[in-house]
Amino acid sequence: MSSNQSEPDSPPQTLVKIRGLRYFRGSRAIFDGVDMDIKRGKLTAIMGPSGTGKTTLLRLIGGQLRPQQGSIIVDGMEVNKLNHRQLYELRKRMGMLFQNGALLTDLNVFDNVAFPLREHTRLPESMVRSLVLMKLQAVGLRGAHKLIPSELSGGMSRRVALARAIALDPMMIMYDEPFTGQDPISMGVLVSLLKNLNDALNLTSILVSHDVRETLSIADDVYVISEGKVVEHGPADVVQKSGSDWVQQFIQGKNDGPVPFHYPAPELIDDLMHG
Amino acid sequence: MLDQLQRLGSASLNTLERLGRGHLFLLNVLTGIPGLFLRFRLVIHQIYSVGVLSLLIIGVAGLFVGMVLGLQGYNTLVDFGAEESLGVVVALTLVRELGPVVAALLFAGRAGSALTAEIGLMKATEQLSAMEMMAVDPLHRVVAPRLLAGFIALPLLAALFSAVGVMGGYFVGVGLLGVDEGAFWSQMEDKVDLFDDVLNGVIKSIVFGFVVTWIAVFEGYDTTPTSEGVGRATTRTVVHSSLAVLGLDFVLTALMFGD
Amino acid sequence: MEQSRVIQIWVGLFVAIGLASLFMLAMKVSNISALTEQDGYILKANFENIGGLKIRSPVTMAGVVVGRVSSIDFDRNTYEAVVFMTIDFKFDNIPDDTSASIFTSGLLGEQYIGLEAGGSQDYLKEGDSFTLTQSAVVLEKLIGQFLVSKADE
Ligand SMILES: Nc1ncnc2c1ncn2[C@@H]1O[C@H](COP(=O)(O)OP(=O)(O)O)[C@@H](O)[C@H]1O
Ligand SMILES: [Mg+2]
Repeated sequence: MSSNQSEPDSPPQTLVKIRGLRYFRGSRAIFDGVDMDIKRGKLTAIMGPSGTGKTTLLRLIGGQLRPQQGSIIVDGMEVNKLNHRQLYELRKRMGMLFQNGALLTDLNVFDNVAFPLREHTRLPESMVRSLVLMKLQAVGLRGAHKLIPSELSGGMSRRVALARAIALDPMMIMYDEPFTGQDPISMGVLVSLLKNLNDALNLTSILVSHDVRETLSIADDVYVISEGKVVEHGPADVVQKSGSDWVQQFIQGKNDGPVPFHYPAPELIDDLMHG
Repeated sequence: MLDQLQRLGSASLNTLERLGRGHLFLLNVLTGIPGLFLRFRLVIHQIYSVGVLSLLIIGVAGLFVGMVLGLQGYNTLVDFGAEESLGVVVALTLVRELGPVVAALLFAGRAGSALTAEIGLMKATEQLSAMEMMAVDPLHRVVAPRLLAGFIALPLLAALFSAVGVMGGYFVGVGLLGVDEGAFWSQMEDKVDLFDDVLNGVIKSIVFGFVVTWIAVFEGYDTTPTSEGVGRATTRTVVHSSLAVLGLDFVLTALMFGD
Repeated sequence: MEQSRVIQIWVGLFVAIGLASLFMLAMKVSNISALTEQDGYILKANFENIGGLKIRSPVTMAGVVVGRVSSIDFDRNTYEAVVFMTIDFKFDNIPDDTSASIFTSGLLGEQYIGLEAGGSQDYLKEGDSFTLTQSAVVLEKLIGQFLVSKADE
């Protein structure tokens, strides 16, 4: 940390640097040698089919999981070498938006957004109130501050969670599939919200998604992962023109291709005969 | 045969592992307790949900148990012409055993299961993960206040159970069956000892409060994060904490009243 | 804010109810009052056999509790039990020829010491002994004697 503060004029361009990452669940490799560079101030998208480990990757970056091999360096600090206190200090500067918002169900919208402020600062209540209302205004839900989480739609929950994630003005924010299961309107709202927040607050954003069109429309940089490896990397237009059949199948959503429609099985006729 | 042996082996290993995790979990939670005294509001909220909301069931159950003790005790004692000892019988049974034990069993069913379900659902809906990512340790913010609240609430509930039970025994014995009022109270006062009986009962309920709440919050925190997992964890809380209470009651009784 | 006030009031009430219950158990159900009035003077008595007499067993006179057994010892020379009892200062006129006997309340009840006043003008003082004592009746002995006398008939 101190080395960073001594040279504030020239922060390294890469905020998150992942090298040789290997992560296993049991004997199954979720990540098998992944390198990534997340650039400061940019919106980086990580795409891949369900179950490839996108959520796992975000948890690894946030230090909730430890890799068996390789290093994850966030703002100059190796995440899995930090002690409890250092890790928690680092997390105060990270925001994360969980798949379904993960709002605290026993608090109303206002108290949810105020939660990080009340936990980590000693601001007077009037200041907390102004800050919370400003954050809620940014996501367009200032009028909803008295509602409780069960009264919110899925899209609203995510926007409240977003307001909560930016409450402490973090340096980076991670979005876990923010568009999944949204109707076209709230999807559009979320897409532009993400883009605007990234630009206006000079945030570094990591966007995990398999909603190809929306993601490619706002991402500065794209990683496509599959079966534990990075299969494509580059700006959105480069990825779109990828020569890989697999990437083309994924981007265009074809039902058969390198990823077969059928789960591996013996010939149908054999199964029927022996059934 | 080998299969069964293997199953036995893996079951014991699992149990040992869970026990280990439970203790490690407890250690981590306990480090959060001192900080709570600066934010006692969190604990007060939890005392409300585990204590105040259990008041009614504990009070009603205590009254009925005391009334039954009054009836049964009278029927037995009257054969020996010793019905004036009814107060002693009712009070000793409640203060030493039934107060701490039945209150703890009811507490496990009412408050323990609710704690498990609440924490388990917070885990299943990623609220605990979200807290971790907001640099708030859920063991300190969510679990520790609940543990402390259970620890405070059960001894008070058990005392209420015993006190209401004595009143119930009094209504039945003195009010309905005509036991002499003076003898009822004076014999009780004479034979029930503050330290040997009342204090030992309170110690029991403190131990039970701690163990039941510990099991409840651990089961919630350790749950498989699905709705089915939460359901199973809730059942386990009630079963395990009830067994723990009854087993510990035997051990504590042997230690306290065993000579 | 309003709701948390309600919760705090409820919790306050809850703690008050719990403490009141504890207080009732201590004051009304158990013998805290007996513990506090340990002021008094000590008398002792030798018994051949004290049966089930215990520390804190009552000492009565005409059925009124005048004190409690404070300690029980064993005399190595006479092979008798030595019972020390604390008698309340209120009862400072116990004649020195008073007898002390061990009785049982009811058939199976607790044992206690019963004092029967004598006619002397001199009163027992701190540290004095009762000269006339009668031991506990041991039920087994009684039954034994009864059987033997029956067999003799
Ligand atoms: N707690 C867990 N225990 C065992 N396996 C898990 C657990 N969490 C995730 N996995 C496995 O890890 C893989 C990656 O999961 P995840 O990161 O959630 O994928 P994604 O977010 O890309 O859909 C999945 O195949 C899943 O089965
Ligand atoms: Mg996921």
